[in-house]
Amino acid sequence: MQVLIAIIIGGIFACAIYMILRRSIVKLIMGLALLGHAANLLIFSAGGLFRARPALVAPGETAPLAPAADPLPQALILTAIVISFGVIAFMMVLVSRASEAVGNDDTDLFTATDQ
Amino acid sequence: MTLLAIVMSGFVIGVLAPWVVRAIGGVAGGRAGVGAGWALAALPATIACFLLSHVPGVAAGRVLSESFPWIPGLGIDLSFTLDGLSLLFALLISGIGALIMVYAGRYLAGHPHQGRLFCFLLLFMASMLGVVLAANVLTLFVFWELTSITSYLLIGFDHRRKEARAAALQALLVTGLGGLAMLAGLLLMGHVAGTYSIPEILARREALQSHALAPAITVLVLLGCFTKSAQFPFHFWLPGAMEAPTPISAYLHSSTMVKAGIYLMARLTPALGSTELWQWLVTGAGGVTMLAGALLAMRESYLKRLLAYSTVSALGIITMGLGIGTEKAIGAAIAFILAHALYKGSLFMVAGAIDHETGEKSVDRLSGLRRSMPLLSIIALASGASMAGMAPLAGFVSKEMMLEATLRSPLLGWLLTGSLVLGAALLVVVAALVAVRPFFGDERPTPRHAHEPPVSLLLGPGVLAALGFLVALAPGVLADPLIGPAASATLGAESHTHFKIWHGLNLALGLSVLGLLAGVGVYATRSRWLGAASATRRLDGMTPTACYHGLLRFVLVFAESQTRALQTGRLRDYLMVIFISTTLLVGYTLFTRVDAPTFDNLAPFYWLDGAIAGLILLSSLAAVTAKHRLLAIIALGLAGLGVTMFYVIYAAPDLALTQIAIEALSVVLFVLVFRRLPDFRSLSTRAGKLRDAMVALAGGAMMTGLVLMATAFPHTESVASELAARAYPEGHGRNVVNVILVDFRALDTMGEITVLAIASMGVFALLNLRERPRTSPIRPHAELRP
Repeated sequence: MQVLIAIIIGGIFACAIYMILRRSIVKLIMGLALLGHAANLLIFSAGGLFRARPALVAPGETAPLAPAADPLPQALILTAIVISFGVIAFMMVLVSRASEAVGNDDTDLFTATDQ
Repeated sequence: MTLLAIVMSGFVIGVLAPWVVRAIGGVAGGRAGVGAGWALAALPATIACFLLSHVPGVAAGRVLSESFPWIPGLGIDLSFTLDGLSLLFALLISGIGALIMVYAGRYLAGHPHQGRLFCFLLLFMASMLGVVLAANVLTLFVFWELTSITSYLLIGFDHRRKEARAAALQALLVTGLGGLAMLAGLLLMGHVAGTYSIPEILARREALQSHALAPAITVLVLLGCFTKSAQFPFHFWLPGAMEAPTPISAYLHSSTMVKAGIYLMARLTPALGSTELWQWLVTGAGGVTMLAGALLAMRESYLKRLLAYSTVSALGIITMGLGIGTEKAIGAAIAFILAHALYKGSLFMVAGAIDHETGEKSVDRLSGLRRSMPLLSIIALASGASMAGMAPLAGFVSKEMMLEATLRSPLLGWLLTGSLVLGAALLVVVAALVAVRPFFGDERPTPRHAHEPPVSLLLGPGVLAALGFLVALAPGVLADPLIGPAASATLGAESHTHFKIWHGLNLALGLSVLGLLAGVGVYATRSRWLGAASATRRLDGMTPTACYHGLLRFVLVFAESQTRALQTGRLRDYLMVIFISTTLLVGYTLFTRVDAPTFDNLAPFYWLDGAIAGLILLSSLAAVTAKHRLLAIIALGLAGLGVTMFYVIYAAPDLALTQIAIEALSVVLFVLVFRRLPDFRSLSTRAGKLRDAMVALAGGAMMTGLVLMATAFPHTESVASELAARAYPEGHGRNVVNVILVDFRALDTMGEITVLAIASMGVFALLNLRERPRTSPIRPHAELRP
């Protein structure tokens, strides 16, 4: 199973890097979104992969019943998902305004900083 | 506290100097500069008086020292010591400094930046005092660098002139690079000796010289000294520095800046001196510099440049004496330092006064000034005679001593003596050109009507010229108490140096007279030599100056070309560099540092997982290859959905919920925003796509490897179980992930909310940004390049 996850993560990373290296600025952002998925999965797999119970405390108990999933990576990823959405939303708007200003979506034309 | 106060007072008063000038200007009006010069001279004069009061004590062998912890962890103390050698230099720095302040007050009276000049001069003086009083090599180095910086400011004082800026930069680069080499040498020396305290280092001569690093230390430290003291082949910055106003040249090049290297060589002689390497390097550099400086002076006819090259020559003579290293030679070198500071300071100020009163700089166009400036001509003659080495002046005595030293040199005695006689003869020519030629002969018209300079311009050169007589005629008053202890400190043993004017009818005297006659002969027939001297200008393409300019050009061209190559302005190129270097660095570490994974605790494989994996990979690939935007957005959404399913399977309901909500929002946002942008086009070439694909595949493979390696590590107990156990009893929440987010890591979450708030504000602002009318429409990049 770990091998499969490793291949998925590597595959998404490869797709993300390829898209980021495109000249179209839209693909750049899509690549970033893919990169976020890959990174989240990477953290997720580091927490150990086994089919367990969610880290919830059942009524009447004081701790989750074993075997419970590791809650720490989940908390970290939750933060990461939300942050990456915020960043991507901001970038999408920024990029659409920038490409309106430049009149093109080719990043090779985005070279002058002050105009 | 006294030594610290001596050093620091210059920095404090220096910073206040511009306000002093302004305040005096409020009272005295247009003559503010003159008054400020007299007022500010009080500080160096006070320091000089204090130092004078210590002369008898130091001559009796007492050493004043004090130390304050500065950076104790690194062994750096703010420690100062006043022994014979320090006293001689400090006295020259402060004494001549006081005269220069008075002189500069008059010389640049009315100059709009006179306050700045006083500020730089005082800062420079304080830095020099720090160098010669420091008792810790690192403290010394700090002040050493401060002298480089302040001299940069001084030489570039006329900063509106290109030549002045270039000269200042040249001096800074040459002395700064030498200073870096010296820092390396000093650190090595401190490492070998086990201490950075100068007195302790001097006491560990055996340990230093027997160490394998001793040659490296010697060469590195000498590099610093040679660049600072303008030794061949680093001599060229000194004549260039003549771009500065004369008071600055007089100060920097008679007694201070250029003597810093001499001081350090003398200071370290007990520790590093008299090895074969030291003797050859120092004596050789000194001898070559002496001849080079004297010969180069023959081509000049501007007063200050003549003096500059003769300074180079004199520095060579002093260095040569330190290199020979016998008791006589060191005594002679110390005596020469004193004599040179007196006559050269005086002559520089005379040259400045001539320029100031007549507006003429070239000796070839000056004549008969003795009628209009009788006092100045007497001062010039006295100092010039000292420089030429005529009795009964300090220059004569020091030259005699140096000749006796070279005659008895254990190394190349006759060669050195011959060179010294030649050098001395050429210095006679320079002395005659500077001190005799402008004043005698028929009067010639000058740009300004020539008249006697005012007192404030005469005081400095006059006092120094008078001192030239005093030290020679009454050596017991000032010369012996200064030179003896200084020579002892340099020798590291008791030195019996005496400043005697009459050594009897001996070979040295004969050689001295021979040099004098030869010099007079050359001066009398100067017009015949000038052609030959000018012919050497054809060789200027091969001089160190040309090397310096070539090197500077090369650095600039190289910097420009590599900047152009690296800074393309294209985002893709920067990202490519980041991806490739990350892949290579992490990949290299993975392969070489980490053992291959063993896969003995793998989780079982499920077909459902395999199907989801297939979905994620296929939809990612589809997003990459999609020809249409909408297709790519849908594929991206599918990939996100696959990831969500993973979260569901592996017991992360919160993640799954969040991810699916975000995924839906993202798709909507993508469609809304990118609707306005052009559809995908094929922008890259096949080769470009192939190259990017290779980089991407390598990056993906590296990440796969990283994950595999990571799984090979046993899953250790994390803080997670602790968090899970405390979630309900302490956080009162049944969802452990939520409790972590809002309770245990609440600060993190607050940061996250802040990020989101800022992002949404940004989005809002960008969407509401009104198009302003442009003065220059944005054009594609290709048209921006000229």
